[in-house]
Amino acid sequence: KSYFSVIKRAKGQYLFFQVCDHLNLLEKDYFGLSFKDNTEQSCWLDPTKDIKRQIRNSQWQFVFSVKFYPPDPSQLTEDITRYLLCLQLRQDIASGRLPCSFVTHALLGSYTLQAELGDHDPEEHRLDYISDFQFAPNQTKELEEKVVELHKSHRGMTPAQADTQFLENAKKLSMYGVDLHHAKDSEGVDIMLGVCANGLLIYKDRLRINRFAWPKILKISYKRSNFYIKIRPGEAEQFESTVGFKLPNHRAAKRVWKVCVEHHTFFRLVSTEQPTKTKFLTLGSKFRYSGRTQAQTRQASSLIDRPTPYFQRTSSKRISRSLDGGIALHLLCLCVTGTLGLVSNGSMSSALLNETSLYEIPGENIYVRHSNLMLEDLDKTQEDVLKHQASISELKRSFMEATPEPRPSQWDKRLTGSPATSLRLQAHGVRVLVLGIRTPPQTLRMPLSLCSAENFKCGCVLSLSCSLARYFFKRALKCSETKSCQAAHNFDMASPTLTKTVGINAESRSCVAVRVLRVFLDGNGDGEPGVLMTAQTITSESLCTTTTTHITKTLKGGLSETRIEKRIVITGDSDIDHDQALAQAIKEAKEQHPDMSVTRVVVHKETELAEDED
Amino acid sequence: MSGFGCFTHAVVRAVPQSLARDALRSGGLEVDLLKVQEEYEEYVSVLKHRLGLEVLELPADEALPDCVFVEDAAVVCGDTALVSRPGAQSRRRETEAVKAALTELGLNIVEMTDESATLDGGDVLFTGREFFVGLSKRTNQRGAEILADAFKDYAVSTVPVQDALHLKSFCSMAGPGLIAIGSSEAANFSAKFDVRLICDVCIYICVFEKLKDHMLIPVTNQEKAKVDGGLTCCSVLINMKKNI
Repeated sequence: KSYFSVIKRAKGQYLFFQVCDHLNLLEKDYFGLSFKDNTEQSCWLDPTKDIKRQIRNSQWQFVFSVKFYPPDPSQLTEDITRYLLCLQLRQDIASGRLPCSFVTHALLGSYTLQAELGDHDPEEHRLDYISDFQFAPNQTKELEEKVVELHKSHRGMTPAQADTQFLENAKKLSMYGVDLHHAKDSEGVDIMLGVCANGLLIYKDRLRINRFAWPKILKISYKRSNFYIKIRPGEAEQFESTVGFKLPNHRAAKRVWKVCVEHHTFFRLVSTEQPTKTKFLTLGSKFRYSGRTQAQTRQASSLIDRPTPYFQRTSSKRISRSLDGGIALHLLCLCVTGTLGLVSNGSMSSALLNETSLYEIPGENIYVRHSNLMLEDLDKTQEDVLKHQASISELKRSFMEATPEPRPSQWDKRLTGSPATSLRLQAHGVRVLVLGIRTPPQTLRMPLSLCSAENFKCGCVLSLSCSLARYFFKRALKCSETKSCQAAHNFDMASPTLTKTVGINAESRSCVAVRVLRVFLDGNGDGEPGVLMTAQTITSESLCTTTTTHITKTLKGGLSETRIEKRIVITGDSDIDHDQALAQAIKEAKEQHPDMSVTRVVVHKETELAEDED
Repeated sequence: MSGFGCFTHAVVRAVPQSLARDALRSGGLEVDLLKVQEEYEEYVSVLKHRLGLEVLELPADEALPDCVFVEDAAVVCGDTALVSRPGAQSRRRETEAVKAALTELGLNIVEMTDESATLDGGDVLFTGREFFVGLSKRTNQRGAEILADAFKDYAVSTVPVQDALHLKSFCSMAGPGLIAIGSSEAANFSAKFDVRLICDVCIYICVFEKLKDHMLIPVTNQEKAKVDGGLTCCSVLINMKKNI
């Protein structure tokens, strides 16, 4: 067991990264933290949400486990990743979660011994030396003898090699990486739904009676306690078919749906960012896979360039006693120590800033647009959906209709010339322009999530691409409806770091020039309460411009402050005249918000999907 | 899937005279016993001399007219042999001799003793990665389950078999990852399962065309076909090489 401390309002990711750091694991994306909810069901800790809100009344006890089993473990970059995967699989096998034949139990067991104990030593290793290890749910003497026999044959194999061999054999097992859920088919017959890297499997009494590969599945959805999949028509068929399953309850149905979303995204999509061409609003469940895809993590892994980390292989005694099904390297108990409470005055803020500077939430790997799979939360009634849509349209309309009043601009006074001449260009890489205009009172740039939710409606000021803006638009509306909400993400505005969210099709081969402009405005106006966002895309032949606007109104110590960010992403094949684009962007911002001043402008240039900071 | 389709041994069984009259069949054609025996001898010769297998020949049993079709008596994969419980009552005892032969070879024997289970080896298709079990008049769900228990490493999927005797009456492995299947059945098969199929009504032609890098040895089976016997029915193929 290991103990970690987190602030009370920490997000799942904060804890997860701490654990990974502790384990010295870089290839984190395959793993996750799970906990048992109040119905004893295993749940994954959502990294993007507060731990507190997820764990509710359950004990703060987490298990570090494999979430996505890589179909080809040999492609993992680091040995330590393979080691952790082995630990998980040993647990899966010992618990019976991963069934295999006698021979396979023996073979995998022999690799475990080779990895943990090294070469077989007839002096040291008498038959009882392995009784601490558990190779199968029911371990017979015959099995142990076979394990030892095979162990002898691995002489000379290093632990890393033994782990690799273990995985080469384990990955072929039919239940490797299959996440099972109890269900009933449309006729009420008991079945198991299995979700894996390749798709959805249906089992009846240990026999696979059906299989739906991801490419065959057009849509997955859940409603009440039913789970549905829509299947592509076969060659001879004309229409799609829908298959329904009954889950024990609503939560179980949603859980299966979530697992499908995550697996599909992780294994099938190249990136969680998909350029969007469809309509402005997407109504659907708020849940999306919030991590990197396998393609992305592999790309990032290829950049890992550190000497092989040394790690202690624990005695397998721990393994046999671990009951929670996770990687028994550490059975992690994570508890909260203290709470830093609410922020209501300036003095606390610096302490908190120090705290929060410890972790980063990459704001980019947030939410998914599925091109292959349409995800629907059928929980909303038709009425709700229409109401929602209507309120969004209303807000959008009123925002767009706000007519600007002519006013002498503070802008002109501050600038020493035209915006263009103020550009400080760097020859390569990121170009950063900061115009540095501030209006009093000075904005305290602190991560918004630490602000108490009860005092004001807060929103998120983030750089987002169009699809994400849509998501936050919806969420923000919900915030303003419910009167209490939490900022979805932290965003440290103090550092003008490169944003990675760009509407680029990661699969395109041609070099796409992208300009990302962010225009920040601050003011004291009494604007619209809550957060309002719009997104607008203009596409010409060679350029595509997407503008998103976010308005945040915050209350600090009695002072009302409104902050607006306009984010403009320009994508195009040809070279973009960003001077002109910038000037245009600033001009538009001024026109739309005449009572505010531009405080900061940031320009980024990106030509490819940026690497992740880790 | 390397090593798929490699075998070292084969178990076969001689043709009983009672086959001509008493072997189970769907059609009503007369069977020429001499021709059946000729076919059998050629078949064994190919296994022995062309393919270099070590062939264990079991003697015929006149009380078991279908005993030449040993495939139905057992399913062998790796080092494990599942001795089946044939769907046809008259064939149940065929498993005794086959079981003895497989035991002698040193295989790990699993017996299907559950009386609610039936399984003919002809309904079991192993692709190298997984099993397909045809649910037919001879093989039922319970039989498939027992097979799944016997071979825990592999996924076992069921396929309905309606218009033929066995699953392997209309399909077979044509190489690693490749199933050759009659086109009328193909639709049913491919819709459910992720397999590469060659589909052609005339398997003979398509096999020649599509499997150019295989050595194809034509062997007649016409006479046995009159009693619904296929090529694979006449042998149980075993790989005794240790591949660990």
